[in-house]
Amino acid sequence: MSPLLEVEDLHVEFRARGSAVKAVNGLSYTLEEGETLAILGESGSGKSVAAQAVMGILDTPPARITGGAVRFRGTELLGMPEKKRRAYRGAQIAMIFQDALSSLNPVHRVGDQIAEMLIVHRGTSRREARRRAVELMDRVRIPSAADRVNDFPHQFSGGMRQRVMIAMALALEPDVLIADEPTTALDVTVQAQIMKLLSELQDEMAMGLILITHDLGVVADVADRIALMYAGRVVEEADVEDLYARPAHPYAEGLLLSVPRIDVRDRELTPIKGAPPNLAAIPAGCPFHPRCPRARDRCSTEVPELRLVRTGEGASDRSGARSEAPSPSPSPAGGHRSACHFAEEVVSDGR
Amino acid sequence: MADEILSVRNLTKHFPLTQGVLFRHQIGQVKAVDGVSFELRRGETLGLVGESGCGKSTLARLLMGAERPTSGSVLFEDRDVFALSKSELRGLRRRMQLVMQDPYTSLNPRMTVGDIVGEPFAIHGDPEGGRGNGVRELLEIVGLDPGHVNRYPHQFSGGQRQRIGIARALALRPDVIICDEPVSALDVSVQAQVMNLLADLQREFGLSYVFIAHDLAVVRHISDRVAVMYLGKIVEIGDEEQIYDHPTHPYTQALLSAVPVPDPAKRTGQIVLEGDVPSPTDPPSGCRFRTRCWKAEEICATEEPALEIRPGRSAHPSACHFADESARS
Amino acid sequence: MSETTEVAATAQTGAVVSGASASLWGDAWRDLCRRVTFWVAVVILAFMGLLAAFPSLFTSAGPNGGCDVRQAKLRPKSWNPFAGGDHPFGTDTHGCDYWAQIVHGTRAPIIVGLLVTGIALVLAITLGSLSGYYGRLLDALLSRITDVFFGLPLLLGALVILTAFPSHGVLTESFVLGLLWWPTMTRLMRGQVLSVRDADYVQAARLLGARDPRIVVRHILPNAVAPVFVYGMLNVGVVIGYEATLDYLGVGLQYPTVSWGLQLSQAQEIFTDFPYLLIYPALFLTATVLSFLLLGDAVRDALDPKLR
Repeated sequence: MSPLLEVEDLHVEFRARGSAVKAVNGLSYTLEEGETLAILGESGSGKSVAAQAVMGILDTPPARITGGAVRFRGTELLGMPEKKRRAYRGAQIAMIFQDALSSLNPVHRVGDQIAEMLIVHRGTSRREARRRAVELMDRVRIPSAADRVNDFPHQFSGGMRQRVMIAMALALEPDVLIADEPTTALDVTVQAQIMKLLSELQDEMAMGLILITHDLGVVADVADRIALMYAGRVVEEADVEDLYARPAHPYAEGLLLSVPRIDVRDRELTPIKGAPPNLAAIPAGCPFHPRCPRARDRCSTEVPELRLVRTGEGASDRSGARSEAPSPSPSPAGGHRSACHFAEEVVSDGR
Repeated sequence: MADEILSVRNLTKHFPLTQGVLFRHQIGQVKAVDGVSFELRRGETLGLVGESGCGKSTLARLLMGAERPTSGSVLFEDRDVFALSKSELRGLRRRMQLVMQDPYTSLNPRMTVGDIVGEPFAIHGDPEGGRGNGVRELLEIVGLDPGHVNRYPHQFSGGQRQRIGIARALALRPDVIICDEPVSALDVSVQAQVMNLLADLQREFGLSYVFIAHDLAVVRHISDRVAVMYLGKIVEIGDEEQIYDHPTHPYTQALLSAVPVPDPAKRTGQIVLEGDVPSPTDPPSGCRFRTRCWKAEEICATEEPALEIRPGRSAHPSACHFADESARS
Repeated sequence: MSETTEVAATAQTGAVVSGASASLWGDAWRDLCRRVTFWVAVVILAFMGLLAAFPSLFTSAGPNGGCDVRQAKLRPKSWNPFAGGDHPFGTDTHGCDYWAQIVHGTRAPIIVGLLVTGIALVLAITLGSLSGYYGRLLDALLSRITDVFFGLPLLLGALVILTAFPSHGVLTESFVLGLLWWPTMTRLMRGQVLSVRDADYVQAARLLGARDPRIVVRHILPNAVAPVFVYGMLNVGVVIGYEATLDYLGVGLQYPTVSWGLQLSQAQEIFTDFPYLLIYPALFLTATVLSFLLLGDAVRDALDPKLR
């Protein structure tokens, strides 16, 4: 059975004044029905560009998709004529963004904006669409939805606006929802509300959710699987428990060691030296090697492939407990993959 | 006490809301900071946490003397900052400095890094050994290559720019540095670098920090004492351990429970607050948190709870009539 | 910045320049040198500049010199000025060699253009900075004065003032035009200063204890002046056009000064029979104005990402 959404070897380039910047460099991941995939990455990792490429909303020029495939239930989306593509966008795959204020049209009432989705895509009557809009706003738990349906975006708080955007995205009951940093700009208490809402809605509507974020805490809460991106490609992919307990890439390892935690006090933070790479000058070989504490000669010349990590017998996880039996075999669709020449070493080094 | 370097007493800042073009009349006010009091001891880091609208940015500006308060005082070594003359205030700037949030806008894009870091010297006088040496030394201290003195800010990464800002703040060897969200705009992998740098500098130079942030994990890591703000007031203040392990104010408890932990085994969301933060122009009567609090009773609407130790229930000051560590949700 | 704009910006500016320092002006200069329009404009303006500065290199006759009325209105032998002969551009209504007149006619418009822009720039930068930085009463006062000047239609104002003036030299014309020209640039400068004034780095300088003069000169001016500078460049061409208009209308420069505008004026009655009398000065005038505009355009584009 083909996965719900499949991205294979995606390459996206930005071209301006002769120089080319490779924003996405061979990105591959899959999303199954009802699964939550978190795409974790910092600035310059290419995570947002990739999502926009999947949605087909990249500005081409200056961006160009130079290779790869995006398949929704087996149907190839790239290269599809725009008219056909539009039928998918919103109806099958929807997206919500970080900043609701700039994504919503400030001069239209929110009810109208939600209703428009239904009118344009399904030909619903205006009255019916309005009714559905109120229903949706209720579903995303906006209090007094019937009254607020005629308000303008600026009359809502940040968290409420985000809910409006979610309502818009869900209007056509898409199969996949891509959430690009949906809570980054929100306060932590509001973030908790929104993430809880997304989780519940996903269960209710049996959607696949792709959560794009840089927040390790949010991911641990919500995701089933994680794809960690660096310099435009996935460097580690695993079930959420596996990534946190047994990171197989120095970048993941470094992130976990450098992030301050609220539940632990007096912990030394071990930073990752250097900074995320300039996309116009990605290092040769493994893009992470200039910052990697384990880098060896091979790392600066050979680009590591994303491959299954071999988990040997008696491998121990980070909590120190030694497992007696060999690690359970990886799930057929997923598995624990790492793009590091020495992934096994990273796993076994985890105390 | 000679141990306190900064003392804030009942600091209040109300911004008037006016209406009308020709004859402006006041229709209300934004109570951004409303009666805040705390002390900063020498060599310690006081963390100030709160969500948007709690007034922490306004508070930062008040502490630096960049904004005049509506009432209340800020005492630096027992001298009232707002009673100083202009030239005395300029002298105070040598002792108290600010690190800003956004490394992309806090440095003049048309000045070289050397000029930026050397500006405090240009204003207040060169150090012994000359300005050039002083600048190079500062760059080294913050972990930058002194050879890059003639480069421009846009040639550096975000983390490096923040280091430049720190070098600038450190130039005159201040006693107090107010850090206004210094790592919020940085990538996760770079945040730890800057945080470690700040901690090292504190040890080496005996600095005292007021560390303002919204990220509770970051604040926990670097602070000795922590104050939690909500709608212009401090609702709880105590040691880092007291606040994070034994919070007694419902808002603190809710805040802590909302922070996701990078560990799949520990799922968050025990307490999910309903509703939004009320507007600072029209805060609720009595206790400001009562509209979202599960413990709210009648007294909460009529009597504003004082920030004080509540014997038997809260060993550190907490502004709640029903402050209690055990009653979570 | 969102990730996509950041990536697009990286592509625009290319890899970070390593090694030597790379100021924003330096980057802009490099960009400028790559533009064809820049070089075209520079070449034309350099030529005009030579004509203005060293007319004797191009013609032996002095201004209005060597004129033989009997040789008046001689058409040029061919449209090719290099074909040789005494009068490659023919002669004008007084019998003066037209090429010599055109050459001598270069100096006045260019001087006026540069002088007026210079005066306006100085006034704009000073007043605009004061107005934008200090705000309140000073700003209100200066803004109202600017408004008054805005209300005066420029051409009409110039006509009226110049008619009243006894002398009509280059300096007078420049002075009058400069007086009427400064409001727009001042407004622009003021707007720029207002937007820069609240920047974080200005706040940082203030918190370091910097006094106002230092803040304005070191922080605000360098970051505010670029668009005004560009506007000034574009402006020179516009001023030259106005200057020619005033000369044409007879209120600007007058005989014995030579200028393209005056030549156009002389040609106005008879150009249907003697088109060359109109074409040559018009050509030179247009080329100069256009070159200044192209130059300004190129500079603005080169400075553009840095203007933000």
